[in-house]
Amino acid sequence: MPARQLTYVKAFNEGVAQMMRSDGDVFLIGEDVAGYGGVFHMFDGLKDEFGERRVIDTPISEAAIIGLGVGAAARGLRPICDLMFMDFLGVCMDQVVNQAAKMRFMYGGTVAVPLTITTAAGAGLGAAAQHSQSLEAWLAHVPGLKVAMPATPYDAKGLMVSALRDDNPTVVVLNKLLLGSKGDVPEDLYAVPLGQARIVRPGRDVTVVAVGRMVTEATAAAEQLAADGVDVEVIDPRTVQPLDTATLVESARRTNRVLVVHEAVTFGGIGAEIAAQIQDEAFDYLDAPVLRVGAPFSPVPFSPVLEKAYVPDASRIVAGCRRLLERG
Amino acid sequence: MSPAQAAGKSSPTLSRAAETARANGAEHSPLPEPTPAREDRDLLLDLHRRMVRIRLFEEQAGRLMEAGAMPGFLHLYVGQEAVAAGVMATLKDTDQITSTHRGHGHAVAKGADFRQMFAELYGKATGYCQGRGGSMHINDLAIGMLGANGVVGGGIPIAVGAAFASAYRDDGGVAVAFFGDGGSNIGSFHEAANLAAVLNLPVILVCENNGYAEFTAQSSHMRITDIADRAAAYGFPGAIVDGMDAVAVYEGALAAVERARAGSGPTLIEAKTYRYYDHQGVKGLRIPYRSQDEIDAWKARDPIQLLERRAAEAGHVDQAEFDAVWETTRADVADAITYAESSPDPDPATLLDGVYSH
Repeated sequence: MPARQLTYVKAFNEGVAQMMRSDGDVFLIGEDVAGYGGVFHMFDGLKDEFGERRVIDTPISEAAIIGLGVGAAARGLRPICDLMFMDFLGVCMDQVVNQAAKMRFMYGGTVAVPLTITTAAGAGLGAAAQHSQSLEAWLAHVPGLKVAMPATPYDAKGLMVSALRDDNPTVVVLNKLLLGSKGDVPEDLYAVPLGQARIVRPGRDVTVVAVGRMVTEATAAAEQLAADGVDVEVIDPRTVQPLDTATLVESARRTNRVLVVHEAVTFGGIGAEIAAQIQDEAFDYLDAPVLRVGAPFSPVPFSPVLEKAYVPDASRIVAGCRRLLERG
Repeated sequence: MSPAQAAGKSSPTLSRAAETARANGAEHSPLPEPTPAREDRDLLLDLHRRMVRIRLFEEQAGRLMEAGAMPGFLHLYVGQEAVAAGVMATLKDTDQITSTHRGHGHAVAKGADFRQMFAELYGKATGYCQGRGGSMHINDLAIGMLGANGVVGGGIPIAVGAAFASAYRDDGGVAVAFFGDGGSNIGSFHEAANLAAVLNLPVILVCENNGYAEFTAQSSHMRITDIADRAAAYGFPGAIVDGMDAVAVYEGALAAVERARAGSGPTLIEAKTYRYYDHQGVKGLRIPYRSQDEIDAWKARDPIQLLERRAAEAGHVDQAEFDAVWETTRADVADAITYAESSPDPDPATLLDGVYSH
C-alpha cells in the first residue's frame, strides 16, 4: 500500500486533533483559531470536533494568551497557545521568556509548565518586515524553552505531538511557505523526539546543516552539486533547543567541511552557535572553517525582488559549498 | 459596605469618602473611618493572626537585610497587611493567587511556611525555591500560591490562566491576581482583564493602591484617582475598599469571590492602602517623595491597631488574646530564622536542576 501523502498543514492539524482526542487536558486558545480555524488553516475543524470549551477564540492580546497558558499549564493543563505570526513574540516576550521559561527553575523544580506555543515564521509571502521573521535564535537562547522547527509534513505532526507530551514550554515554529508541501505521513499517532536531528541525505564531501524551510533548499542544492560529483550530506536538527550536537559533530568528523544554513539573519543566528559547537568538538577534523549562509543584516523587505535577494536559497547554498571545497 | 455593594460599581459610600479625602487636599490619603460592618470574633482573630504574621515576618526580614545577613533585596509589605489578610480569609487552599515583587505578605496570609520562606530569603537549599528564586519568586503550589513575580503585572495573566483551569475543570475554584497601582498601568493588566471578561473567568483582580509606583506618585502616573474605575472598560464591576481595614477588605473580597464562584465572572477590587517602608528595603521614613504628614496620617490608621482597637471596644476579643498571637508569632519567626541560618547552601553541582523537566 502506498504511503499516505498529506500537506504539512494537514499533518500538523492531524497531530493536534489526535492529541486532543487522547488527552482531555489539551486545549487550544488564540486569535481566530476556533471560528476561522487559524489564519493559515492550521486548526481547521477542531472547534467542530472539540467544541468551544477546548478551542477558544480570544481578543488580540498575545501577552494575556500566553500568560493564560502559563497559569493553566502550572495547574496541570496542556495548553496550545497560538501566536499567529512569530513576529508577535515582540508583544508577549515577558510571558514567554520571564514567566513560562523560568517558572520551573525559579520555583526550585516544584512546577511543570507543559505549554505549547505554535507560531508561523518565515519570509517569501510579501508580508514584509513584521510578518516574515525567523526568530528562533531569540528563543533558543533562553534556558527553559524548547524550540522545534519542522521541515516536513512528517515532522510537523510528530514534533507537535512531542511538544504536547513534553512537560516544558515548547515553541513549535511552522514555516509559512511549507504549509502546502506534501509528504508521507502515517495515520497513527506518532512522536518525533525533541532533540534528535535527522540525516536528510547522507553524503561524504560536505555537511550542510539546514534549519526549517532551508532543508528544502539544501536538498535542492545537494542535487545540483551531485551532478558535479560533490556528495553533500544534509542534516536537519529539527529542534534548535535542545540541539542534537552529537549528530552534527559526528557528521563534521566524516565530511570535514560544514555549512550551516538558516533563513534568519546570519549575525547572532543559531548558525553561529552550531558553528561554535562544531569547532569546539571537531576542530581537528575540519579542512575549512564552518561557514554560514543566512539572511543579510536587514529587516525582511517587501518588494518581491528585494525579498528574493534577501532569503537564502539553493544557489547560495551551492556557492557556500563551493567556497568550502575550494579551501583545503 | 455590604457584599452586594462590593460586587456592584464602586460603593457609593466609599466613593464619596474617597472624594472627601481628596477634597481635604491629600494626594494619597486614607479613607475616613467607616462604621464597622461585621465584628465576628472568629473572623477578627483570623484576620489579626494573618496580619501579625506578616508584620513580624517583614519587620524581621527587613532588619536582617539591613544587617547584611541575607543576599538580594526586599520589597516589604508592612502597612498593607489588611489587604492580604482580608482577601486570603475568603479563599480555600485550592484557590489560586499570583503575587508581585512585594509578595511576602500574600504568601504568609495564604498560609506559607515561615521556615521555607526565611530559608529562601537566605538562598538556602531548604527554601521554597531551593535557593533558585529568592524573595521575588516564593511560591507554594500546595496552598495555591502560584508565585511572587519579579515583573510588574507579570502575574496577572497567569492568574487568569489559573482561573481558566478551574473553569475548564469546573472545580469551583477561583484565582486572585494581586498587583499595585503601578501594575494597573501595564499592558498585561489590561489584556488580562479584558480576556478574563470575555471568557467570563472566576478571577478577582486585587489592586493594592499604595499611592506609588516605586517612587512615582499616582497623580504622576495616571489621570484617574480610583483605579476601580478601570473595571468599566472591561464590563465587570469595580469596587473600592478601605485597604487599612481588614474587615472591609474581607467583605469586599467575599462578594467578589462569591460572584466568581457563581459563574458571574471577574471583579476588580481597589484597596486603598499604604506601604510604610520604601519601595525596596527598610529606609522608609526619610525619603523625599512622601511627606511626614502623609506617612503619619496613614500610620494613624495602622491596620493591626485598627482591628485590635475596634475589637476591644466592641468587647469581642481580649487584648490578652491578641498579645498571645504576637508572642507566638515572634517565636515562630525566631524559629524560622534559626532554621534558615542553620540550613545548608544549595550544592553547586545541582545548579542545572529544574531548568527543564525531564
